[in-house]
Amino acid sequence: MTQPLLAVDRLSKSYGAIRAVHDVSFAVAPGEIVGVIGPNGSGKTTLFNCILGQTVPSAGAVRFRGTPLTGAAPLAVSRRGIGRTFQSLQVFGSLTVRDNLIAAAQEFQGSMAARLLAPSDAGLGARADAMIERFRLGRVARHPAGSLSYGQQKLVDIAMAFMPDPALVLLDEPAAGINPSLVEELRALLEGLNRERGATFVVIEHNMDFVMRLAQRVLVLAEGRLLAEGAPETVRAHPEVMEAYLGA
Amino acid sequence: MSLGLTRAQWLAVLAVLVALALLPLGLKRFGIYMLSLWCVFVVAGHGLNLTMGYAGQISLGHAAFFGIGAYASALLVQAGWSFWLALPAAGAICVAAGLVVGFPALRVQHHYLAFATLGFNVLAWLFFRNEEWLTGGNFGVRNITRPALFGRSLDGDLAFFYACLALMAAASYATAWLLATPWGRAFAALRDNPIRAESLGIDIRAYTLAAFALGALYAGVAGAFFAPLVGYIDPSPFHLTHSLAFMMAIIVGGAGRFFGPFLGIAVLILLPEWLRGISGGALTRIAQEWYLVGFGVLVMAMVVWCPGGLLGLAGRLRRRA
Repeated sequence: MTQPLLAVDRLSKSYGAIRAVHDVSFAVAPGEIVGVIGPNGSGKTTLFNCILGQTVPSAGAVRFRGTPLTGAAPLAVSRRGIGRTFQSLQVFGSLTVRDNLIAAAQEFQGSMAARLLAPSDAGLGARADAMIERFRLGRVARHPAGSLSYGQQKLVDIAMAFMPDPALVLLDEPAAGINPSLVEELRALLEGLNRERGATFVVIEHNMDFVMRLAQRVLVLAEGRLLAEGAPETVRAHPEVMEAYLGA
Repeated sequence: MSLGLTRAQWLAVLAVLVALALLPLGLKRFGIYMLSLWCVFVVAGHGLNLTMGYAGQISLGHAAFFGIGAYASALLVQAGWSFWLALPAAGAICVAAGLVVGFPALRVQHHYLAFATLGFNVLAWLFFRNEEWLTGGNFGVRNITRPALFGRSLDGDLAFFYACLALMAAASYATAWLLATPWGRAFAALRDNPIRAESLGIDIRAYTLAAFALGALYAGVAGAFFAPLVGYIDPSPFHLTHSLAFMMAIIVGGAGRFFGPFLGIAVLILLPEWLRGISGGALTRIAQEWYLVGFGVLVMAMVVWCPGGLLGLAGRLRRRA
């Protein structure tokens, strides 16, 4: 493996006596799609939050492109080129879809003072339009994001994460709560971004079919520990995983 | 910068400005004074609308910034400064104060922030009242002269109204320009969802401080014009109740809507004065006596049923029609 884009080394997070994440290590290579599965309460979102600076880990280290990232604030993490989506919908409800996408990338264009003199779209109009087309949001591009259906907002939310062209995106349950046809569309979109732009992402997901078809490698968490790691078919056949999570 | 307005919209803006310029020609002294006051308060209203309406940072200290601007300008002019130098100085002092008041907003939000800014207003008001050596205490600062511009005195009511109108036009243009830049979008992102904003590289600390500093700047500049407009200042117009009034005006007009302060300040400032000035039958007397109660009910109704204020209500009715 070449130098990993993201390296998580023996990461732990405890809340009192509860170990939400315990001694988890893994690496993500550039251009890879990694799935993270596990039962509810297995520590998936806490793991994301530790990587992304929302939560300070109790122990362990996170390195991004070989440099330490452990304990960095969310703003610093995003400025380093790591995007994310949240488990719940997180769009800017009063802004139009197009403005949501521009807002998602504008802070990466020059200094704050320079943006005061920048054009309204911060030079990102064409990029936003291309993303709108890719995510098939053209019909609602000028609508306030808060007025859209859940599924459409989910697409906006995910498109926003990719707008700044981040080196790595961590997606927290992107397929949750959306209808099966949109799930399929979403998978195709993510595969397209990976294939065409070499986008690297780590995806937490409960939808087994979605994650097993999308991810090239899957990590399985149970009770905060890394239970198994490998190709989707290997993980699917892993006896402990079947017992702990797949229930078979 | 075009601000995204069409030619027809620019012509409409121009027509409104001309109408406002012609309006006082048919008014008596008091009417001109009220219009001037409206212009000055609209400028301060733009500031609070930026801080609260657009950036989502609740502030109950706006009257304090307004007062700091008024006292700073009045005292500097009495110390021999030109008004046109005292004006930016007052603005700069308010920006500094706004940055200081903005710091609590980095740690607390909503009603906690309201209490923090409320505390600032109380402190500033106590300073205006108690530090007699500087502010004159309850006796205030008297004989505040109106400035001259390019050798022409603005002492007359009409001349000073035009200065206030020009200030309001300039402040309105500056607000529209600011909101059309990426900063406007960042303020909306900060208001709508600060956690998401931060995950997208938006420096919410910097924009929060900027929102307070800009709001304070507008209030300070408005205050600097308020002092020569009224000719005498004491602590009373800068009391906490006036911060609440500013906030109510923004909510009633439409928080986060460009024309909100124009409408909200008109309802808050012009309507009661007009009600007080007119004579009529029983209905007028009831309106005069119950105005404040009605205004309070209106604010509550707006918050519950129409958070977009009167402008939001107008938009809803238009869409329904």
